[in-house]
Amino acid sequence: MVFVCEHFGTNNQRSVSDIQEKDRTIWRVMPINKTTNSFADAVADIPSGASIMIGGFGGAGGQPTRLMMALRDLGVGDLTIIGNVAGISKTTGYGWPDHLDPIDQGMFFESGQATKIICSFPVPGTTNPLSDIEKAWREGKADVDIVPQGTLIERIRAAGAGIPGFYTPTGVGTTVAEGKEHREFDGKAYLLEEALSADYALIRAQKADTRGNLQYIGTSRSFNPAMATAAKTTIVEVDEIVEPGGIDSERVGTLSTYVDRIVQRESGDPLP
Amino acid sequence: MTSVHPNGNDPAPRLDRAAIAKRAARDLVDGSTVNLGIGIPTMCADFLPDGVELLYHAENGILGFKELSAPGEGDPNLMDAGGKFPKLVPGMAFFDSVESFSLIRGGHIDVTVLGALQVSHTGDLANWMIPKRGIGSIGGAMDLAANSKRVVVAMEHTARDNIAKIVDECSFPLTAPDCVDEIVTDIAVIEIDRKNDRLVLREVAPGWSCDDVQAHTEARLELDGEPGLMA
Repeated sequence: MVFVCEHFGTNNQRSVSDIQEKDRTIWRVMPINKTTNSFADAVADIPSGASIMIGGFGGAGGQPTRLMMALRDLGVGDLTIIGNVAGISKTTGYGWPDHLDPIDQGMFFESGQATKIICSFPVPGTTNPLSDIEKAWREGKADVDIVPQGTLIERIRAAGAGIPGFYTPTGVGTTVAEGKEHREFDGKAYLLEEALSADYALIRAQKADTRGNLQYIGTSRSFNPAMATAAKTTIVEVDEIVEPGGIDSERVGTLSTYVDRIVQRESGDPLP
Repeated sequence: MTSVHPNGNDPAPRLDRAAIAKRAARDLVDGSTVNLGIGIPTMCADFLPDGVELLYHAENGILGFKELSAPGEGDPNLMDAGGKFPKLVPGMAFFDSVESFSLIRGGHIDVTVLGALQVSHTGDLANWMIPKRGIGSIGGAMDLAANSKRVVVAMEHTARDNIAKIVDECSFPLTAPDCVDEIVTDIAVIEIDRKNDRLVLREVAPGWSCDDVQAHTEARLELDGEPGLMA
């Protein structure tokens, strides 16, 4: 086995890592400066059929809203979306300030781009009006895979940490456990859950340095740090890009090694 | 599913949602790490007994929050799991979802208070999906129900049309089996003795007898001494 390391510039939108070619493994090393000029450039290589992790919890904070809008504008289809609370803000206002029209992951179902979502909370309590995800599901246009939140985040963490699966007590005795291996430890039942990775992760942080170290603020961490480790390509939306040293080394929330591209929002962006 | 008494047979008014929350709050012990679900459980925070301070946990990665910001003044980066915006207070801690669910799965949450669609006589909880709709949201409910040290259900005693919610066996998909320790409703407080799979009627609302409460409950209620009065 020969390992070949290729250097991809930020203008080169090829970004499939670990390309297997006969007896060669090519992997990709990003240049030390990961700044990308625009949200459109940052998502331009995402193909139809890709699996996309979208960070945040649900609500405005921690959601990579500008990257999501760029992906919608790109127009690629047959996407699998991986998120947490997904698509309930538009109809309920969940996690959005009162004066703004909420934007959520339902956009990819409204546009017909997504055919599947893996998440923990795909529908609000109310069905009046129907959310875009529930509408797509009722019309048979999208699969919805509902995973307990702690299992979902641990599956993502496991993927990034090189652990193929783990046993959890959550979901034992429910429909979630159907068809899964069970095992007893110390007289208590657990079920086997498998790691979950993706082709791309869209991440939201407060600040990045040019190398891609990230700093988060408040409750915007949520699914972002784990998702940043679990995708082949990790793209980050930030309020501010600073030089190395502009983030306190004691406060790095995601290591630059996980990050491929960073895009800074325009100052004064009215979206949270 | 059993449809029990029509509403007209209520012997006395039921408690309102705030009163359910107030009663559930009375059992919360100073210093506990507590997760409150959406709805009536959230209202428990308004009725803590004097001298009781709790460490509130929210799934999205916040520990030690207190009251909410005024409407229109919230910070989107300071949210609770219900999508509301708490105030920043000293001692508050932020963390990511891996840590948040390590806290839950690892059994570090002392008490979870949540709502339910059905609770069975063995403490099975169903609260995430109505089969007729065919889709629902699990969120953190399965992790919280399966792994908290104590699980309290705070809810209205019956569903619309007076359909029983405290049942022999849940007909709705389970959130977790064998997990509920106590049920606080608008007409009763019921302890679930999970070792012996029995429901013990501990308190009744003013004007309600044990028979009245039983008539609104599908599962059989047992007595362990005379029930107290909910207050």
